[in-house]
Amino acid sequence: MRVIALIRPDEWNLPLLMHVLGAMLLVGALMGAATALLSGWRRDARPYTRFAFWMLLAVALPAWLVMRVGAEWIYSKEGFDEDDEPAWLGVGYVTAEPGLLLLLISILLTGIGMRRLRNADPERSSALTRIAAVLALVLLAAYLVAVWAMTAKPV
Amino acid sequence: MLSFYDWLLFLHVASAFALVAALVVYWAIALAGRAVDRPRDSLRYFRIARPANVLIIGGTVGTLLFGIWLAIDAEEYEVWDGWIIAAFVLWAIAAFTGQRGGKTYAQASKVAERLDGEGRGDEPSPELRTLLKDRNAMWLNVASSAAVLALLVDMIYKPGA
Repeated sequence: MRVIALIRPDEWNLPLLMHVLGAMLLVGALMGAATALLSGWRRDARPYTRFAFWMLLAVALPAWLVMRVGAEWIYSKEGFDEDDEPAWLGVGYVTAEPGLLLLLISILLTGIGMRRLRNADPERSSALTRIAAVLALVLLAAYLVAVWAMTAKPV
Repeated sequence: MLSFYDWLLFLHVASAFALVAALVVYWAIALAGRAVDRPRDSLRYFRIARPANVLIIGGTVGTLLFGIWLAIDAEEYEVWDGWIIAAFVLWAIAAFTGQRGGKTYAQASKVAERLDGEGRGDEPSPELRTLLKDRNAMWLNVASSAAVLALLVDMIYKPGA
């Protein structure tokens, strides 16, 4: 099993590169957005929210797509039996698809929060951006579990 | 039951994730910071960079340490394999250029803190603007990121393995 993991066919490399690179960019974008939203929790909410919004929309969302396309591409090459897929693959699906939903909600909340801050008190973050900060942290934790499952392949 | 190798691989990959995640944050800050010349505005970006400052160290050290450990632990590989030697070279280039490029931003952070401490946080600063738009630092960051990307390609393709 370990030898199979170490020596994989060459045609799996490009989709794997795409999948891993997309996931790395996604984690980076989520970390930047979460840090910005947490930094603006009590003060200077407007500039931090704007940074987080663009981080999520311009980096995290495209990175998710690259990660997911790479995943589907390599899945098609590996030829898993749909009825007998390994558990680590399931962890990938569980974190990827709901992850997109949470990411889209975070973008929406941060976008609305950014608009509201234009007219409201720019110092204090809104409840919406605070929820987005929590969602970004939840996503980060979920993707850390996914990285563990994808690399260690427990079952 | 996970083997020792599985844990080493996870720690190696997690370190690589930390490294690239930090680079993503640095790039976002470097690009956003180019439009900034007021100390207080730039300090906000430097605040966002704080977790990345920790991750870049952990990621850089972790990838090398766990990578060498993996190469020693795995019977299929040797530390002197061509693709692993290439990885050492790319790691060294990434670390050297990244550290050199980062110095300019560290200097910009100190200037911004000093000016803000003097009560000039909202005044535009040509000194700060010059540092944040430094072309040399930007090119060093490009070189560092390109080396990390090449490192990732090397790790996945394992040429010659």
